[in-house]
Amino acid sequence: MSRQPFFFSPARCWGIVLKEFLQLKRDRVTFAMVVGIPVMLLILFGYAINMDPKHLKTAMIDADRSEFSRSFIMAMRNSAYFDFVGELNNEAEGEAAVTRGDVQFVVNIPSDFSKRLARGERPTVLVVADATDPAAASNAIGAVTRLADSVAWKDLGGTLAKLNVPVAPFEVQVHRRYNPEGITQYNIVPGLMGIILTMTMVMLTGLAMTRERERGTMENLLATPVRPLEVLTGKIVPYIFIGIIQATIILVAAIVLFHVPFVGGIVELYSILLIYVAATLTVGIAISSLASNQLQGVQLTFFFFLPNVLLSGFMFPFYGMPKWAQVIAHALPMTYFNRLVRGIMLKGNGWLELWPNLWPLIAFTVILMGIALKFYRRTLD
Amino acid sequence: MIASTDRQTHRSEFAIDVHGLNKHFGNRHVVNNLSMQVRTGEIFGFLGPNGSGKTTSIRMMCGLLTPDSGSGTCLGYDIIAESDAIKRNVGYMTQRFSFWEDLSIRENLDFVARLYQMPDRKTAVENALTALGLKTRANQLAGALSGGWKQRLALAACMLHRPALLLLDEPTAGVDPAARRDFWEELHRLAAQGISVLVSTHYMDEAERCHKLAYISHGVLLAQGTAQEIVAAQKLFTWTIKAETENGKADESADEGLAQLASALADKPGVLQTAAFGNALHVTGRDPVLLEKTLRETLVEQSYEMKQTETGLEEVFIHLMRTSKEELEAQAKEAQMKEAQR
Repeated sequence: MSRQPFFFSPARCWGIVLKEFLQLKRDRVTFAMVVGIPVMLLILFGYAINMDPKHLKTAMIDADRSEFSRSFIMAMRNSAYFDFVGELNNEAEGEAAVTRGDVQFVVNIPSDFSKRLARGERPTVLVVADATDPAAASNAIGAVTRLADSVAWKDLGGTLAKLNVPVAPFEVQVHRRYNPEGITQYNIVPGLMGIILTMTMVMLTGLAMTRERERGTMENLLATPVRPLEVLTGKIVPYIFIGIIQATIILVAAIVLFHVPFVGGIVELYSILLIYVAATLTVGIAISSLASNQLQGVQLTFFFFLPNVLLSGFMFPFYGMPKWAQVIAHALPMTYFNRLVRGIMLKGNGWLELWPNLWPLIAFTVILMGIALKFYRRTLD
Repeated sequence: MIASTDRQTHRSEFAIDVHGLNKHFGNRHVVNNLSMQVRTGEIFGFLGPNGSGKTTSIRMMCGLLTPDSGSGTCLGYDIIAESDAIKRNVGYMTQRFSFWEDLSIRENLDFVARLYQMPDRKTAVENALTALGLKTRANQLAGALSGGWKQRLALAACMLHRPALLLLDEPTAGVDPAARRDFWEELHRLAAQGISVLVSTHYMDEAERCHKLAYISHGVLLAQGTAQEIVAAQKLFTWTIKAETENGKADESADEGLAQLASALADKPGVLQTAAFGNALHVTGRDPVLLEKTLRETLVEQSYEMKQTETGLEEVFIHLMRTSKEELEAQAKEAQMKEAQR
């Protein structure tokens, strides 16, 4: 007679692992989706999302028609933010074009602009911007203000130098570290890894227990000596492999397709991935223990998924959120994952820098496993 | 609990010994004060109509449901506190097929063997496959099997870990007669080895193959004992009526005559129930004198052959089912009356 370990039997747990692998192997469609979806999503979003939109449609009203107005418009065009699509005659036409959405910007240079400039009167160039989406317009707006300075310096450098407006007595220099060119993909692609992993992992285990219940196999499972922790762990382990495969696909695509720099350590990255995959799978298994059918499981999954996407700092700047929202975000695993992955890939963080964002993930996993165990129904009551 | 005793089979007189089990689902009292004893090495038949509480009772005995009240032991282990030990030593076959349809027969058995941590797992699985004639189909997915083969798989899987007690919940529902026969021979072979079996069924021929029986209706255990004891306890008297035919063969007109006779007898004094058995009619009653009088009066001048026969299990069970229903209906009416008076 074999000895019976009392609380956790690796052998029984391994039995569950093998069974889950077999079932996963039989379910070809799920397997294909697990591998195919990350690639599709990555390519779709990686190429589609751009936080720094350029080539925005712009119309001009150049009543001045001077050397200065031409040079200003040329500078705007060179900034790549503005594409001039046409010339309008007056302010009313400009307003109408913005209202219709034909253009996002109208640059209005009044007729006496260069004359007034020469007289030192600080005349105004009016830029009307469609700011319904602040994120879309802000970089272009920033660029046009900076342009005003540089064009003025260049053009007024000679004879009109005495009219120059006073400048600040000191200079501010900004070093844009880790992503100096502000390439969106460098930020988005590692973030997408979190999104894709969260979605597929939570969904995969989120239905694991409810499926057993709905197919009637739970009664059988409960009638055997297998213990809750063995079942839950056994259901998580196969998907850890899936998660690592997924993450590897995303990582390769990130480097090959989007040339995302990878300055950190591969060991650090994979350790983080392992922990994060385990964390999200545990969320799924906890959802599975709580939900009594698959529909509830799917609903709970989305209830978990959306705040992770919107509050974790993936889509919107983390420190732009009010304090209370930051508190909520600190309870979400993706917040930490985003920081960790960006930290490793872009900044080359080591264990010391990673630790503050690493331990919350581990704690999260342990707590969720506790919840899953607490709600695991050991009887059919 | 001590780990070393877990695998030992408790050698006690009773494999199952439960007292006063109750279970409610919402307002429904599904199992009402159930007490039952199954001796070691016995095949115990558990009978009752659909929804009478058989499955719930079995689930409480193996720790899958917690009783609202009551206590008991299964293989000497407490059904509430020691359900882990019970699970290790009991083979439970669910009413609905509950193995993994996307696993093959061998994979299902292998999985179960792993969960029971069987030493020499592979041999055990191969032996089970051979013993139940599943060898040629070992690699078929369980979901693709027909009802009979699914049942064989389920039985093989629940016996794999050589349990001391089998709890079988309607194991032969939807299985053809030949397979049922094989199945029962297997059960008797197991019982001869000292394995106890509790089996729920709807079939009378299966009931007669059990050492002992219990009959449950609306959650109430109405009778318990050997078939003879149960029949004797009800004190019923049965007459068999046959049409007299010239050449010894029954014809259609005789059948019609019996059907008419059955409806004519239905409400007569002393007649509890009538049941057609081929070309004979069984008439059952509680008062032998009254029943005989009624029969003779009704059958006078008719060409029927009548003789007193032994009351069968089926008559007894149908009688039990009817009376219990009437009793319960009467109780419900009484409760309503009381409610109305208040």
